[in-house]
Amino acid sequence: MDLIWLIPLLPGLGAALNGLVGIRFFSKQTAGLVAVSTMAVAFVLSVVAFLGLLGLPADERYHEVTVASWIPPIPLETANGIGSFEVPWAFALDPLSGMMLLVVTGIGLLIHVYSVGYIAHEPRGGVARFFCYLNLFCFFMLTLVLGSSFLVMFVGWEGVGLCSYLLIGYWYRKQSASDAGKKAFIVNRIGDWGFILGIFLVFFTFGTLDFREVAEAAAGMPVEVGFGVLSLICLFLFIGATGKSAQIPLYVWLPDAMEGPTPVSALIHAATMVTAGVYMVCRNAVLFSHAPMVMEVVAWIGVLTAFMAATIGLVQTDIKRVLAYSTVSQLGYMFLATGVGAFAAGAFHLMTHAFFKALLFLGSGSVIHGMNEEQDMRRMGGLKAYMPTTFWTMAIGAVAIAGIPPLAGFFSKDEILYRTFLHSQALWGIGALTAVMTAFYMFRLINMTFLGRYRGPEWGHPAGGEAHDDGGHGHAWHGPHESPRTMTAPLMVLAVGAVFAGFIGVPAALGGSNVIEHFLEPSFTAFGAFHAAEEAHHLSHTAELGLMALSVLLAAGAILFAYRNYVQQPAAADEMARTFAGPHRVLTNKYYVDELYGATVVRGTMEGANGLWTVDQRVVDGAVNGAGWTTIFSSWVSHVLDKYVVDGLVNLVAWVCAEASYLFRRAQTGLIQNYAFATLLGVFAFVTWYLLAR
Amino acid sequence: MLEITPLHYSLLSAALFMIGVIGVLVRRNVIIIFMSIELILNAVNINLVALSDQLQDLAGQVFVVFVIAVAAAEAAVGLGIIIAFYRNKETVNIDEIQIMRW
Repeated sequence: MDLIWLIPLLPGLGAALNGLVGIRFFSKQTAGLVAVSTMAVAFVLSVVAFLGLLGLPADERYHEVTVASWIPPIPLETANGIGSFEVPWAFALDPLSGMMLLVVTGIGLLIHVYSVGYIAHEPRGGVARFFCYLNLFCFFMLTLVLGSSFLVMFVGWEGVGLCSYLLIGYWYRKQSASDAGKKAFIVNRIGDWGFILGIFLVFFTFGTLDFREVAEAAAGMPVEVGFGVLSLICLFLFIGATGKSAQIPLYVWLPDAMEGPTPVSALIHAATMVTAGVYMVCRNAVLFSHAPMVMEVVAWIGVLTAFMAATIGLVQTDIKRVLAYSTVSQLGYMFLATGVGAFAAGAFHLMTHAFFKALLFLGSGSVIHGMNEEQDMRRMGGLKAYMPTTFWTMAIGAVAIAGIPPLAGFFSKDEILYRTFLHSQALWGIGALTAVMTAFYMFRLINMTFLGRYRGPEWGHPAGGEAHDDGGHGHAWHGPHESPRTMTAPLMVLAVGAVFAGFIGVPAALGGSNVIEHFLEPSFTAFGAFHAAEEAHHLSHTAELGLMALSVLLAAGAILFAYRNYVQQPAAADEMARTFAGPHRVLTNKYYVDELYGATVVRGTMEGANGLWTVDQRVVDGAVNGAGWTTIFSSWVSHVLDKYVVDGLVNLVAWVCAEASYLFRRAQTGLIQNYAFATLLGVFAFVTWYLLAR
Repeated sequence: MLEITPLHYSLLSAALFMIGVIGVLVRRNVIIIFMSIELILNAVNINLVALSDQLQDLAGQVFVVFVIAVAAAEAAVGLGIIIAFYRNKETVNIDEIQIMRW
């Protein structure tokens, strides 16, 4: 466990190696090997560390490793006098970060393996660049997960933002991709603003940035009835989380992030990046549970995001965009869980979601790969025959996300819905409706892609000898085909995960003991104050089972509805779109949120910048130019004065002298004898005067 | 036979002095001017010697020796200047030497 600092460092090393040396010198295989092997070692170390953590008694599962000092103690003013601002490079392993560690390294490793196959068509330097970014992403995410203080976490937090920008804009020659990268970066920046304000306020309030010390201090404070300083901290932190985890109002970057290569989408959506916000909220569970008002905000934002994203997902036709909105929706569930105080359920859903969402994304990548970069589901269909592995694994993922028992999604989602029901029936209602829609759009995706009639483009048959070349990849397309083994193997592993990951959280009502919740519990309470917090009001197991049965039935109904609409009677879907033309148009255009932001925030910013530019041009530059002009003018005045007044005076003196000397200079003949004669006359005059004066 | 009195010496000296002064003022040849200066100096010498005899004071004669020595030095320097000048201008006419004009 003392080697946990190596876990982030290894992908970091891989990134450095690929980035500094690889882009120029590594072959595609070497670059992939470096990236995959560093992740593999990191994963092994994570497993070892996790097992070590399991070996400790439940209330001692906290292990901190200080790698180096970072910020030496600086006295800084806080709310309680002068505090000492000290931040070491320290990594902390506790149940929550241990679980995240496994998710990030495990899913990350599979995505790395998958990428080897997916990215093989890129040029050599591009492959190394891709793996460099991918490794860097994992490096920052692991730093974020393991950081023992807000500031170390913030390093990772900013780092994943940077890497998302790099990876989404990986195909930077494509305008839409580089725009999407910028969008992700800028929207994230807005969230980061909230996060860093939260960090400032945490330090100002508690005088420390260490998670454990903050939690202990917060645990000693009373639960805030109104809106106090803890609520403000939590609100700021939650703004940060909405940016990173794509919640209303900052979710707009995530669907656009589909412009990146598909493994990147999988990495962003499943293992890293978007989970950071949820993780951060869970990490500060003690703070949040002392601010009930903010918890309520979190829950409502979560459920509204879940609902809104699910409705948009209903009508999207781009296979990756459906998945993107489903991610936003599922993240909404996680925030709903944290908002109602079920942090363990949120973290549990985060983990199960990581499995099936990575699976679905990698599967969609496999489809896109096999369809020669086609992403529109309307031009797919019937692909089950061509890519069976992809179909079956993706189907498992879809069943899992739809919440059909006994797959992973069922346990985590029902736990969230159950805990929400205990908190508020209204929230539960929206959540359950969202679950229905989730089941529907996921099976809409599966049906449109794999079942029914093939609607894609024709392809040149090798026999005909007219292998056509579209997509610009430089290799002829011979129709839909199954992806190479490096791509399907991770799919199968993830499918197994999507099936079995839920069993660690079987609720008591189904005869389980909800292992994951008890395991994670110490992370959500102040250290030393560990107690298994029992819910004050419980529903009977029967009622709980009833809720479960209801949601399963609803999901199953939605699946059947999707099957009827998109496989049995493909015309029925178009029929519905026509009947509800208005809502359909609104949903297709994603509630016009992008347009709204474009018209208000983006345009406002642009016009503000233009206005400031004008001010700069007219006022600032004007002042500078005015100063220059004034200088020129005053020096001209000075020049005139010098030339005509000062020089004039000097010349006047010279002229007066010259004119005045006109008479006398005649005497200077240059003839010595004249001078001698004058001398003689003078002598005579003196002598005469002398003699006469006697 | 007329006795020679100090008055005669003074008159001779004055005459020589006036001849020298007039020579300096009116002649154009630098050599002649130079010789006129020598006349002036020797007019003074005669005066000094005569008065030394009359006053029975040797200081006058000593002074004459000094004047002769200075005159010799002056002749050397003056002739040098004249030669240098002649080499440049190929003339010793004093009217030509008027470069120090306004």
